[in-house]
Amino acid sequence: MIIEHPLLGPRDISEFIYLGDASLLNRPKWDVEDAEHSFYEYLYLRKNVAGVHKELWFHQQGDRSWLVISRNTLTHEITKVDLVGNSSKNMDILND
Amino acid sequence: MRYNWLKLLKEGLNNNSGWEKTWKNPELKKEYDVIIIGGGGHGLATAFYLAKEFNIKKIAVLEKNWIGGGNVGRNTTIIRSNYLLNENEAFYEFSLKLWESLEKQINYNAMVSQRGVLNVYHSDSQRDLFIRRGNSMIINGADAELYDVNKIKSLYPFLDFDNARFPIKGGLFQKRGGTVRHDAVAWGYAHAADQLGVDIIQNCEVNNFKFKSGTCIGVETNKGFIKANKVGCAVAGSTSLLMSKANMNLPIESHVLQAFVSESLKPIIPGVITFGAGHFYISQSDKGGLVFGGDIDGYNSYAQRGGIETLEDVCEGGLALMPIISKTRLLRMWGGVMDMSMDGSPIIDKTHINGLYINAGWCYGGFKATPASGWCFAHLLAKGYSHALSKNYRLDRFKNGYMIDEKGQGAQPNLH
Repeated sequence: MIIEHPLLGPRDISEFIYLGDASLLNRPKWDVEDAEHSFYEYLYLRKNVAGVHKELWFHQQGDRSWLVISRNTLTHEITKVDLVGNSSKNMDILND
Repeated sequence: MRYNWLKLLKEGLNNNSGWEKTWKNPELKKEYDVIIIGGGGHGLATAFYLAKEFNIKKIAVLEKNWIGGGNVGRNTTIIRSNYLLNENEAFYEFSLKLWESLEKQINYNAMVSQRGVLNVYHSDSQRDLFIRRGNSMIINGADAELYDVNKIKSLYPFLDFDNARFPIKGGLFQKRGGTVRHDAVAWGYAHAADQLGVDIIQNCEVNNFKFKSGTCIGVETNKGFIKANKVGCAVAGSTSLLMSKANMNLPIESHVLQAFVSESLKPIIPGVITFGAGHFYISQSDKGGLVFGGDIDGYNSYAQRGGIETLEDVCEGGLALMPIISKTRLLRMWGGVMDMSMDGSPIIDKTHINGLYINAGWCYGGFKATPASGWCFAHLLAKGYSHALSKNYRLDRFKNGYMIDEKGQGAQPNLH
């Protein structure tokens, strides 16, 4: 699999480390009523979709940037690669 | 039809013309006591034990493709019970005991071969860890022996004992571990369940559950609605997709795990060997092929095929352990979709919906767990409460903090 890095161009997957579902960018608030339940869902439950999946990859053997990659889990086709940014940009990526 | 030597002799003289089908293709009924979704090893074993041990009469196994076409036919066929944590070790030891008597139980030759599983270690600290694990195995009624280098040299003289980075210092050996012909497990359980009146329905895909006031009353399939008192799901890598029909998000990610087979070679590896410094395990099939595997690919996947970078990593591990296989040619490779749970341990539990039960999260351990998983899931379905050996495999353990994390990796499925 080749990942089209927004800054570095096509890079081999072996340079990257996979973290998981990009919803991990959306960390729940700790100081609200149901924080315990939100963190349980955040930490343990996954949609685990078959189809286009937004996920976090770390370019460990490269520029050490975090990427949000839209990849089809049935075909491994990558349709979009975004650099992780500040929280408002991240929400745009997740809601895109 | 029962298989025995008299029948074999008769058919041998009769040009093999009188064999009946191993299992029938029965008509689908409108209603069952228990429906099992998923005709893999676990689903078929569950149906068999439901009929045999728990005396349930009307059982159906619904399989969307053909039985045994999923992970039970896509693994490296190893059986063992060499876990550290009590919650796992007692369960897997029960499974190993069931393997030992399996062929008599199901009247089918599954080629259960207790040829020994050896985990080699490469450092003093790893030795201490293996001794601890061996003690845990013995406490739970399994067998374990600590082998020194000389003992391993007599068994496997071709290992790279003096490897500069990972010299072999010894190993943890489980004599009763070994291999089983994986397809025959599916066919054998299907045969035995069929003999007891279980309906095995192939090419029957479940599209949805049907609920009535908070209770699951049946399933919608491509062959119409089927009513059931209880529905058990044993669909491995497809668990999240199936349970999403019941609006459930699960502590599971689906990942692909590859297995590899080389060309046929003369007998060289008598047992199962695992590498202690990377993830690599190998045995030799009776046809002579080296059967080996390693890590999952590490990213969510529903494709039943894997990436080349994992093959490279597995082979590097293999060559560090046994350079002798460097010129061996690879014949076949395939991938299975694993239901990787958040703590690396399985789930056998009821759900919050009455009548709906789940068997999932098997990670790397699905094949060796087949008999115990079937037995414990059947117990849960028949009696409504968990078997003592699977009572810790709860779905709500992630919420309540009772994780069973064999490797201590945390909620990161691709590290288990």
